[in-house]
Amino acid sequence: MNDPTVERRQIGLTVNGQLIKRQVEVRLLLSDFLRHELGLTGTHVGCEHGVCGACTVLFDGEPARSCLLLAVQADGHAIETVESLADGESLHPLQRAFWEKHGLQCGYCTPGILMVLKAFLAENPTPTEAEVREAIAGNLCRCTGYQNIVEAALEAARLLRQEQ
Amino acid sequence: MKPPRFIYHAPPDLGTTLELLSELRMDAKLLAGGQSLIPMLNMRLVRPGHLIDLQRVSGLSGIEERDGGLVIGAMTTQRQVERSSLVAQRVPLLAEAIRYVGHLPIRTRGTIGGSIAHADPAAELPGVLLALDGTVRLVSVRGERTLPAEDFFIDLLTTAAEPDEMLREVWFPRLPARAGCAWVEIARRHGDYALVGVGAIVLLADGGVDVEEARLSLISVASRPLRARQVEAFIRGAPATPATWKEAGELVRRELDPPSDLHASAAYRRQVAGVLVERALELAAQRAQQGGYR
Repeated sequence: MNDPTVERRQIGLTVNGQLIKRQVEVRLLLSDFLRHELGLTGTHVGCEHGVCGACTVLFDGEPARSCLLLAVQADGHAIETVESLADGESLHPLQRAFWEKHGLQCGYCTPGILMVLKAFLAENPTPTEAEVREAIAGNLCRCTGYQNIVEAALEAARLLRQEQ
Repeated sequence: MKPPRFIYHAPPDLGTTLELLSELRMDAKLLAGGQSLIPMLNMRLVRPGHLIDLQRVSGLSGIEERDGGLVIGAMTTQRQVERSSLVAQRVPLLAEAIRYVGHLPIRTRGTIGGSIAHADPAAELPGVLLALDGTVRLVSVRGERTLPAEDFFIDLLTTAAEPDEMLREVWFPRLPARAGCAWVEIARRHGDYALVGVGAIVLLADGGVDVEEARLSLISVASRPLRARQVEAFIRGAPATPATWKEAGELVRRELDPPSDLHASAAYRRQVAGVLVERALELAAQRAQQGGYR
């Protein structure tokens, strides 16, 4: 850990609204920073080269792959992870919809899909099924065949509209 | 999985960036949006001694009208271009193609300059730039120069940029009002690498019966994006009819020598390229007939 040849940097960022300051190795990926340094293991890592979408988080409000970012690149920025969705024991409408519509089986891909949908539904509150399918095209699910995920996304859109 | 060790630089301005690049040359990689570079680091396909992060360099992003087209700063994200009404109005070919660049969470980080400088033969943006006869502006401590797209893309992941040069901005020229354009491509899923992609521009002669000028660019069929110049010459002056587009597709099939890989055989790529050329020309011509652009 104290190898002098390892370059480290001080970074400051907000994660789920909380200001965090840490020394990190410059080659540390944001996904590993969230999981190993902050213990936020809701962000899953699958392929670790940007294909599967499991590690998607919000970077300044926009969905991004945390495995394709270095933690040092997040210095000064705001990150939101799946842990930011529920309010204590009370599930976010997205999570409620996924529960009610059986939008997950093993759940590995779910955090990434939820974070993509959070940004997508904020921008497009009344999506068509085709638009939902395109929005989650970058998220691989090997269990469900996507049918219930799409239904859950449309249900979440409905729940979110009702809330407003 | 994690990237190999490197020394990280986050220069605050262009001058410092270019001095670093001039000193480190091949031992440094510029980090723009990182959507191609970080996977390559994660898989250890590249091991640069230094990474120069462009994120804090001011003045590298933005979209503005200049010289009869749009100048887009290298660090402008693909998502910004996708959302830009100026791009939709002035360079509709770019607006149409950008939605095929990766997936949405890739486009939020991926940049215009990063994609063009990376020169992946399956990437859309180099193909768009080539179809439009656009240019790139390169800067270094030695000065700056402008290169046409045709001279910039040399080979697989290889451009004409010298080791001390950085891509600063890209110019996408505006087409004449009578032109129609279209971007079409085939991929396994929307947003995956194109198995073949085609950009077409058709300018109709007065009266709208014959083609005055046509341009075709193809991606994912060679080690660099290609212009089908012989086919363009064939279409020039020909009647704007389905028979012409079909013949153009046949010619492309005969001319191409695409690679085989895990995703598609050479024969499949050749077949699809012909079909897509036909479709792209037909769509571009329709858009030209409907009053230009698209």
